[in-house]
Amino acid sequence: MAQAKTPEAGAERDARPPVQAWLGPVALGWLVPGAGHIYLKRWNRGALLLVAIIGMFVFGLLMRGKMFEPTDGDLFTMALNYGGFIGNLASGAPYFLATWLGYSQPELPGAVADYGTKFLVCAGLLNVLALIDAYEIAVGKKD
Amino acid sequence: MYWNLSHFEASFVFALFTSIVFGVVSRKTDQERLYYGLYVFGCFLAATFGLAWLMYLGHG
Repeated sequence: MAQAKTPEAGAERDARPPVQAWLGPVALGWLVPGAGHIYLKRWNRGALLLVAIIGMFVFGLLMRGKMFEPTDGDLFTMALNYGGFIGNLASGAPYFLATWLGYSQPELPGAVADYGTKFLVCAGLLNVLALIDAYEIAVGKKD
Repeated sequence: MYWNLSHFEASFVFALFTSIVFGVVSRKTDQERLYYGLYVFGCFLAATFGLAWLMYLGHG
């Protein structure tokens, strides 16, 4: 049986947080991991995110991990390369800085370089988690 | 410069950084975040040792 919806309930559901409330911290957090939290005055959490995400990225570089590039091919190759590229890109400034300074490591054989590749992608994915957290703090869903 | 970490060292570092982020972005109080981060870190290490033993016994 369909329930009658009150206009107040509909308005509450449609109410979305204003973009200017979260865009700054989220953009800042993408560029510099943890900076969104620092901007929102969550100093300790921002510092921990900064150390952990940049630490993960630096370990990936030192283990000679591969940076993904969006290349075409069969479906699996495309999904792998585009997914990896998005993961790398999510790291923000560390990714741009590393590529700007000429880091372009081809895929190396061996487990260590493979770990390095995963570290580089996971640094970006961890930054995505940090961005979601910064968004929730900015819109007041979380303290 | 090239860091030639062992499997265990790489897994340990990965677990450390990942559990810091998981701890920071979850839960409500600092104490809960700390406990959750430690819990996740423990789970990563338990999985590392568990899988290592499984592979060791599996290979004979």
